[in-house]
Parts: sequence; C-alpha cells; structure tokens
Amino acid sequence: MKDKLVAGKFTGNWFPPYDRRYTMKNYKIFPWILGLFFLTVASGQDDGEKASKPEGEFELELETEYRYFYNDAQFEGQKDHYPSIAFRPEYTLEWNKGYESINFTGFLRLDRDDERTHWDIRELYYLKAKGNWELSVGLKKIYWGVAESNHLVDIINQTDAVETFDGEEKLGQPMVQFSWVTDKVGTFDFFYLPYHRKRTFAGEAGRLRFGTVINQDDLGYESGAEEWRQDLAVRWKHYFGIFDLGLSHFYGNGREPLFTFDAQGNINAFYPVIHQSGLDLQITHGAFLWKLESIYRHADAQDFVALVAGLEYTFSNIDGNGLDIGLLGEYLYDERDELALTALQNDIFFGSRIAFNDTQDTSFLLGGIADLDGSSKIFSLEASRRFGSTWTAEIEARIFTDIEDNELILSNFRDDSFLRISISKYF
Amino acid sequence: MRRIVIAATALFAANTLSAQTPEEKGLQIAKEAEKADLGFGSSIVDLKMTLKNKNGQTSERFLTTRTLELTEDGDKSLIVFNSPKDVKGTATLTFTHKVGSDDQWLYLPSIKRVKRISSNNKSGPFVGSEFAYEDLSSQEVEKYTYKFLEQNGDLLLVEQDPVDPKSGYTRRIVTYNKDKGYRLEKVEFYDRKNALLKTLTYSDYKLYKDKFWRALTFEMVNHQSNKETLLRFSEYDFGTALSDDDFTEVALKRAGN
Repeated sequence: MKDKLVAGKFTGNWFPPYDRRYTMKNYKIFPWILGLFFLTVASGQDDGEKASKPEGEFELELETEYRYFYNDAQFEGQKDHYPSIAFRPEYTLEWNKGYESINFTGFLRLDRDDERTHWDIRELYYLKAKGNWELSVGLKKIYWGVAESNHLVDIINQTDAVETFDGEEKLGQPMVQFSWVTDKVGTFDFFYLPYHRKRTFAGEAGRLRFGTVINQDDLGYESGAEEWRQDLAVRWKHYFGIFDLGLSHFYGNGREPLFTFDAQGNINAFYPVIHQSGLDLQITHGAFLWKLESIYRHADAQDFVALVAGLEYTFSNIDGNGLDIGLLGEYLYDERDELALTALQNDIFFGSRIAFNDTQDTSFLLGGIADLDGSSKIFSLEASRRFGSTWTAEIEARIFTDIEDNELILSNFRDDSFLRISISKYF
Repeated sequence: MRRIVIAATALFAANTLSAQTPEEKGLQIAKEAEKADLGFGSSIVDLKMTLKNKNGQTSERFLTTRTLELTEDGDKSLIVFNSPKDVKGTATLTFTHKVGSDDQWLYLPSIKRVKRISSNNKSGPFVGSEFAYEDLSSQEVEKYTYKFLEQNGDLLLVEQDPVDPKSGYTRRIVTYNKDKGYRLEKVEFYDRKNALLKTLTYSDYKLYKDKFWRALTFEMVNHQSNKETLLRFSEYDFGTALSDDDFTEVALKRAGN
C-alpha cells in the first residue's frame, strides 16, 4: 500500500486518452451559483439536527510551474516557455462527529495561454452521513475505475484538459449524490446531475492543441436543453474476497465532444446525448492486481465498445529498506472509427512505479504507450519528492516519438514533447 | 469410588498443566492477552509519529486511527493522514483476517480514487517509519506460533514466530505483563538472518474502563540503521460507538475529505 500512500497526487493515470486535449472552456455560465443554491437548501434542511461543535480547517497550496517545450512549435502563436502559478485553497467545516460537513476546494491558474489561465470551484458541497447512507449536495468530484493508462468508466466529472496532460484534473460537477450501503449486496450510488460542464481547450498561445484553435462557443449540444439537460447516473460496487466489481450506467450529455471534419478541414463538434454502461473489475491476488475496465456507449451518431485490461505487480521492500518496484502493463482497445478522437484504439501500455518509501516520499513513474498498428509512441517520466514538511517538487517529461502523419489527433502534438518542473508550498 | 475418580482426574489435570510444553504455554499466554482485551468495542485515537534519522533530524506525521473490534474475524481499521499537508486526507481501510491475507483499500484524495491494494507487503516500512506494516496491523493470535521462554516476576517472555512466510522476521521476543492484563511491555524483532533488528518499547500506559490497557507512547529503535520512530497517542476515545457502517469504502472517502 505504501507506494501509493506516497503519492496522493501521483498514482494513477499518466497516459490519458488523447482526446482529452480537445476540450473547451466554459466559465461564462459558471454553475457555482447553483452549488450555493444547493448548499442553502441543504443547510436549511439541517436546522433541526442536533449539531456538535463545528470544526473548520483551511489550507492552501501555492504551486509554481515551468513548462518547456523543446521543439519548435508546429502552429502559429504557440510558445516554448510557459511559466505558471496556481492556487488551491481548501476549506472544510465538520460537525456531528464528521457525519456532516461542508467541503470547499477552489482553483486558480495564471498562465501565458489565456485559456489555461482559468479558475474553477472543484468542490463545494454539503455532506451528511447516517448509518448506511450518505447524501452529498453541491459541486463534487467522483472517481470510478481501476485502470492506470485510460479511465474509461470514469464519467461523472468533465476533464479540465488544459490543466494536465494526464487528464486527471476535473471540473466541479453539480450533483445530488445518494449512497446506500448494504451488508450483503454492496453499495449503490445514485446521481442526479442537473448541469453539464464543457471541456476546457488550449488557446492560440497554448501547446497540445489542433492546428485550428477550437472556438469554445461553437460546441453545441444534441439536446435542446443544452447544458441544463437533467442527467442521471447509477453505480453498484461490491467486493467478494479478492474481487472488486463495479457496474455503472450514465444517461445524459456526454463528457467527450463528438468531432467531425468537413472537406475544408474545419472541425465541427458537439456534445451528444449518450447512454454509457461501464464495468470495472479488479482481482487482488498476492502482489498481482488484475484489472479490467470496459464501456459500451450508445448515441444516435455513435455506438462503440472500448476496454482496457492489464495487470500490476509489485516487488516490495526489495532492499529491506522500503524500495518498491511496481510493473504495469495494459492493453487498450477502442472500437470507434474516424469519428473518435482517441488514439488508443489498439495500443499497449507499459510502466514502472518506483517508490523509495523514505521520509521524503521519493518516487518515480516511468512509462510508454505504443500503437500496435503503427510507430507512434509516447514516453513519460514523473518524479516527486517532499522537502521539509511543507514543500514538494515534481518533475515531469512527456516525449512524443515517431508519430505517424496519418494520426488524426496525435500528429498535432508531434512537436509538443515537454519538460515540466513544479514546486508547491503548503500553508 | 466416585471421589477417587474426581481426585484422580484433578491430579491428572494438574499433571498435564505442569507438563504443558513451552509451545502450549506460549499460546496460552497469547490467548490470555487476547481475552484480557476483549470487549473494547471500538476506539478512535489521534497520534503523532516522529521519525528520527541517525543524525537526529526529525520529521512528523499526524494520523487518526479508528478501530472496530470483531471477534469472529480480525478487526477493521481506518487510518487517515492529517499531515504532511501534501498527503493530507490519504486514508487506508483494512479488514484484518485471522487466516489469510488482509483486505486493504487506499484512498487518494487528490483524484478521489479508492484503490484496492495488495496486503502482500508486510515487511516494508509504513510511511518511511521504522514500523513495518505487520507491526501496526491487528495482532491476531493465529498469526504466530509460540514458545514460552521465561518468567521474571510478573513479566512473561514469549517467542513468537510469524506463520506468514512474507513476514520480515524470523521471530519476535515479546514481554507480557501478567499482572497488568497481559499488556505488552517490549517486543524485540529478529530479521530474516536472525539478527536483532528492532526493539519496540511501550510506555505511558493508561487503563481505560478498568480493563483496557493502552500505551500512549511507542518507541521503536532500529539497531541496524540507528533510526527511531516515536508514536505519541492522544487520549483514546472508546465512547463513540462505531459500527460496520464506519468501515466501508463510502466511509473511507468521507474520512479522507
């Protein structure tokens, strides 16, 4: 367990589906007012509760970042050097022995790319737990899934794609979530999602974008209700011995825009109404973790199956001093044709996680993803370490090599290999 | 005649008692210790972990541990990190099993992910400390074989050999205090080469509910690396009646937020 303990921010998907680059900015109708509304309603309901003394806690992470793209830019307007700064304030107010709380996480980044300069309310929700149920109301982040190289079943939150290459940064999603835990038949989660958030996209000055800068306002919806379509999702999760199994279904505005290209090469994109069924399974057997994620997505314009399957094996405490070396391998399949943005239609991922389990939580992630149908490859390295008790440093490198010209998406990133260094201070 | 039979039985019983092998006596002591701590129900405790390297430099971690006592199977526990701040909210949920591997889940707050993890790595250090995972997991009787060594007044010395081959130890020499509810006073750990590796000393004992001894200080010294880890516990809270509902994936995410 410890290699991951090291790495709250570190474990997980470091090879995203490439389509996550193409997202759009949508802060104009920012739904935080909605979140506040939920909050007010929720606290109103709570007046009758006998509350114990509330305990508040405030924290702030201040991050400075430098990204350097060492190849000349492919498209006009793109830069090579991107200094940046980000703020992540957090506030938690707990009472009733932690069975009730209000949780807030904010986010603000300033960057040379105007579109990467953005802010968000990642979370702002009221939570109440009692016995075998839990209710959350407000903006929240939910994670589903077991795989490392691609997060297929994870669909509740929109990806904040300008933020990181790994696609794990998400926008706050307005929701009502009700969790019901049973003794014998697992946990049921019900979601009411009243508002859709559009993806963020890199601006003209940004790297990791198409040749054409995507105009966010051009992305519309299939649904007449647009972002106010009332969406629903449900998930069942249970474990039996060494098996952890999740089944989910989502019905609503898709999180991935559907892209079409006309004869002039212009991009047309919209958010379709989708049904998506998901399955995630992990078998934890000794030092082996066997993983499977699969989805079936149905929309009027599109129908497809995708899966990621693989394993993780950890050699632990190799030197008697805490050194862990984990090996990962995953196969990725996606049935989508040209309509799809993903380049992960038939690829193999391999990686290694090295954790020293020292006082400073020093760790490394190395990996590569290769297209089985061609030469395209992406390599990555991430390293992180704590300094003192309130500083951390990270180094990240992503290298695109032998990208084929016929790669609809990846060819745009051919010259976007980069190095990133970030230093965070926690207050 | 009946009286003679009873007397004979009594004699026989006394005889077998004194003829108890060191293995039987060791096991008996472990069972007595388990019995003495039976019925605590659940507890919540905050603790400060101080890691000291061989040059005397220190770093600290703050954790909260919730434990639910189970008798049919091993205990359930939920550990939440409160500091260092970059890992704040990281939490683990463990279902200990008397026989076989424990079930364990890890919560990563930055991406809100719960991950089932292997409990295979028993011998590795817990968050860079001198405590291995197996040192901090629920101590079930079934996890060792026993051999009684000697008695010094109220102190009973028992050798414990881990059943699991993945353990980092060949044996542990455990000192029980018979007069104080069989509480632990000291544990010496011998590595796989049978060399003395670490000594764990328990102090600042406090008696809760007239029955349950809890040491508020654990001091672990590594004799081979000269590093130390000190655990200082706040007051134990036995009053919050926790249930299975407080040891679920949903509760794990809630605790880490």
